[in-house]
Amino acid sequence: MTKIAHHIPDEMLAAYAAGRLPATFEMVVAAHVSVCDSCRAALEAHETLGGTLIEEAPAAELDGDLLERTLALLDDSPAPAPAPKRFGIYPGPVAEALKHAPPRWRAAGGGVRQQILHEDGKSSVRLLYIPGGMAVPDHGHNGTELTMVLQGAFHDETGHFGPGDVEVADESLEHTPIADVGADCICLAATDARLRFRSLLPRLAQPFLRI
Amino acid sequence: MLNPDAMPATLPQPRPAVPRRRAGKQNGWKQVSADQELTEQTGWMLAVRDQRDRAAFARLFAYYAPRVKGVLMRSGMGSAAAEDVAQDVMLAVWHKAAQFDPGRAQVSGWIYRIARNRQVDIARKNGRPVPEEVETETPPEADPGAILALAQESGKLRQALAKLKPEQREVIARAYLGDLTHGEIRDETGLPLGTIKSRIRLGLERLRHELKDLRSE
Repeated sequence: MTKIAHHIPDEMLAAYAAGRLPATFEMVVAAHVSVCDSCRAALEAHETLGGTLIEEAPAAELDGDLLERTLALLDDSPAPAPAPKRFGIYPGPVAEALKHAPPRWRAAGGGVRQQILHEDGKSSVRLLYIPGGMAVPDHGHNGTELTMVLQGAFHDETGHFGPGDVEVADESLEHTPIADVGADCICLAATDARLRFRSLLPRLAQPFLRI
Repeated sequence: MLNPDAMPATLPQPRPAVPRRRAGKQNGWKQVSADQELTEQTGWMLAVRDQRDRAAFARLFAYYAPRVKGVLMRSGMGSAAAEDVAQDVMLAVWHKAAQFDPGRAQVSGWIYRIARNRQVDIARKNGRPVPEEVETETPPEADPGAILALAQESGKLRQALAKLKPEQREVIARAYLGDLTHGEIRDETGLPLGTIKSRIRLGLERLRHELKDLRSE
């Protein structure tokens, strides 16, 4: 695997660990962590902190025979679903959403194709297919957009993004992503127009992760 | 950024997860060297993982189930629902035990992840997207050095937490156990996360190398 240069911001990893990241962005975080050891380590460190806090949390009272009932279920209860597995270029959590079948691409204009994985009002998670060498028209963003490269690469005003890399865009970014010549570029893109992710800026005015 | 090394290394250890010395090759963690320090919780977890030891499971349950329930209620769940989820979490601990790697996770951190995944999964129509597992042996091979390093790093993290003012600790607890953004954390407390994060980072670096080693094997 080529070296990943653009990572999930640490605040998003912490929010994912704590279960307070908006649903829209969870798949990108889970997909990136699947291929990025350093973000996995960062996530597990946040979980270590969460665990430490659990140990020191006050204990709630349990129903008197809960332990007995639980012991009785050990052999009979169904095993939880196993962690998702990769499918081709698609990391486990994306493969899961695709039900382990190739995407069914639809034209999205200008030679770009897409498959929407989830859409809910102003938020969406989709796969984008950009033919090699093609530019995605100059665009800005409402809210926050995370784009993870799964195949190929693109570059824009802010840098070069290859497989595994994540670009974090907010409304301050106007850019023209251009797919590298060569392999067609396939990306996972998550947008939430309601959210402003400004953690990369010095001023963090909005409680952006709570909706 | 605060200097993590400026903290005294010998603060009194707060109560939970007290390391103890295990004698010899008792059941449960035969691959771990005799003088390996394990927390009680890790010992129980390895007995569950390697021996399917129900008594050890009962101890884990007695320790974690009430805390997990408390944490779930703290984030707004009703008592009965929280108890159901706590039970689910402990059953998942039993079923997923083979994946527990004491060189990568403290039992509490591992349970924290299972609990959060379960809680969010219930709240989502399409379930929660979770990462792939790292490909490794099951159960993962014991690595005494990594286990010790993680225990020490977690101890330092606990000390760093203990040094915070109560209101700062409360804010951190809300971020990880309740719901609060890191932005709010900064607003409310100045920069307590600086110290915590530097501790996390030290842990991370170790975890990261650990993971790299796993990958290259």
